[in-house]
Amino acid sequence: MTEVVLDVRGLSVVFPTLDGEVKAVSDLSYILHRGETLGIVGESGSGKSVSSLALMGLLNKERAHITGRAQLGGRDLLSLPDDEMRGVRGKDIAMIFQDPFACLHPMHRVGDQIAEAVTAHKKVSKSIAEARAVELLGEVGIPNAKERAKDYPHQFSGGMRQRAMIAMALVHNPSVLIADEPTTALDVTVQAQILELIERVKREFDIGVILITHDLGVIAETANTVLVMYAGRAMEFGPAQELFAAPQNPYTWGLLGSMPTVERKLDELVAIEGTPPSLVYMPSGCAFHPRCSYAFDKCTTALPDLRTVPGGHADRCHLTPEQKREALNSIREVASR
Amino acid sequence: MSTPSNGMLVELDHVTKHFPVKQGVFSRSRGRVHAVENVTLTVRRGETLGIVGESGCGKSTTARLMTRLIDPTAGTIRFEGRDITKLSQRGMRPLRREMQMIFQDPYASLNPRKTVEQIVGQPFAIHGGLSSREAKARVKELLEVVGLSREHSSRYPHEFSGGQRQRIGIARALALNPKLIVCDEPVSALDVSVQAQILNLLRSLQDEFDLTYVFISHDLSVVRQICTRIAVMYLGRIVELADSEEIFEHPRHPYTAMLISAVPRLSADGGRRKRIVVSGDVPSPVDPPSGCVFHPRCPRFHAGQCDVTEPPLEQASSEDSSHVAACYFPVQRWPVDEQELRSVSAGPRDSAAA
Repeated sequence: MTEVVLDVRGLSVVFPTLDGEVKAVSDLSYILHRGETLGIVGESGSGKSVSSLALMGLLNKERAHITGRAQLGGRDLLSLPDDEMRGVRGKDIAMIFQDPFACLHPMHRVGDQIAEAVTAHKKVSKSIAEARAVELLGEVGIPNAKERAKDYPHQFSGGMRQRAMIAMALVHNPSVLIADEPTTALDVTVQAQILELIERVKREFDIGVILITHDLGVIAETANTVLVMYAGRAMEFGPAQELFAAPQNPYTWGLLGSMPTVERKLDELVAIEGTPPSLVYMPSGCAFHPRCSYAFDKCTTALPDLRTVPGGHADRCHLTPEQKREALNSIREVASR
Repeated sequence: MSTPSNGMLVELDHVTKHFPVKQGVFSRSRGRVHAVENVTLTVRRGETLGIVGESGCGKSTTARLMTRLIDPTAGTIRFEGRDITKLSQRGMRPLRREMQMIFQDPYASLNPRKTVEQIVGQPFAIHGGLSSREAKARVKELLEVVGLSREHSSRYPHEFSGGQRQRIGIARALALNPKLIVCDEPVSALDVSVQAQILNLLRSLQDEFDLTYVFISHDLSVVRQICTRIAVMYLGRIVELADSEEIFEHPRHPYTAMLISAVPRLSADGGRRKRIVVSGDVPSPVDPPSGCVFHPRCPRFHAGQCDVTEPPLEQASSEDSSHVAACYFPVQRWPVDEQELRSVSAGPRDSAAA
């Protein structure tokens, strides 16, 4: 593929608490290319958001121990001092969040807030900044951008607010856009609009997108590469087509099996038993073993490595390729019945 | 008055609910939110009726009207054939044990200062009939029924995960052996693996206790798995109503079609799909559009007809007489691409039923 814009190596985030250390992210590595959408999927507490907040320098460094490296344009985001990070955040790497209403100041006009983002990294006059704000609002599909720029956030619908957030993120043409559950709070028809917009923006601005979501359907439709996370670790990582055609990890199978589909009525949803583990009292060995129906002795004692599997993607599991093939075949047989 | 044996548990007959919009220091009424507009809907015994639609479409208000948690502006509500529209709070009380609710947010719907035993046992305290020892024993039974253990009864809600809390809410709803359970987005706040557990639990409880569900959700994938019949709402109106499989295989109303198309899906080959994207947002229910309320966003919009008179909810399929939709130019074939959806070649609806 094309140029690598973000290279994350061995990222770990630990929060010391009175109860013990919360291991939110453990030894996470991935690469993001220009023009690529990387989908990070996992349940709550899987570390998908925390890992991105760490990249953005949005975690309090006194409360969180962050280790590892994250190369963005020749700089390591994780070792940048705060004042230098301020020059990168919002300029080279931008982020949008689940709740666009919470991210906009309720008492400032939408256009002014975007203009402020322009002047934050560039010395330009107010009128130029305002013109840029209007231009971007139009770019993200807000009709009558010139007029609507004078509106306050409450006058915008949920979908329009998320568009405004995207406009704000694009102000300095960043190389990486992180979208953290960008459509979870939106209705399904609006979700479709926003996903299309992110796709278009990615192409037009030629950026790398990290899309964080719990919805495998959203991932399947938008991501080029998929990272499945569980209890702070990467469980499976690879090209979307391969990963969905031949998922290798029992946790991924569980997620796929428990997902209802609009395409047909299933006889039964195969739920994953139990709940995600506490990040303080992490299970020994593979963190998924207490919920895994394929777990055997080794899984309770040794953490499997993230190994490359046939087909070209990486997976963290002790099962042999033959065992996986067999298991996957029997799952498919049950599903097609 | 009809008899309770006609298979209808709840009947809404031309029910309308408007909320006043108040503004200013004197709280003067400045207009009305048309939350539910002329809805006629029945809930049959033993079925799972899904009510789907986007936020603000009136699905929760409809459920609240069914259980008479709010009073309708107009129309009649019947429960087991009995008119309950005008019943007083006191008159409603014996009926309350027949109709229970499960809510979306299991963090907000359980009192944090009470133990599970007090929460699940509360219905017995209100409706009486059991000694406190019997009630305690019954609570423990109920916890086992919903997949928790007896020992959980002395714990507080914060000690449980989201899925377990939802199970507590379900146990509370089951306590008085209700006939109807209204589930208002019961799995929307849960992770997908836990969501499947709760859906499977709701299904098995329905068989075990002969329950009738009204299942409110914005998630069409979930609705397809659990509902037997589905009502699609838009801006306070029912725009389509049919058996679940019928509506997903042959949607007639363009809005239903676009809703189904908008849901992200896992295609087996991982290939990209061209989805139909509805433009715009849901209009304000304070000032709904003229004619068909969906016409400003509709790809099959016909000026002069759709924006003038509101289409009635009429039979929309020649094969299935129970399939009704409110559209002058219903979708003829499914699935279709956006271009075909936009082309309205056939005449008015009669050709669809012919």
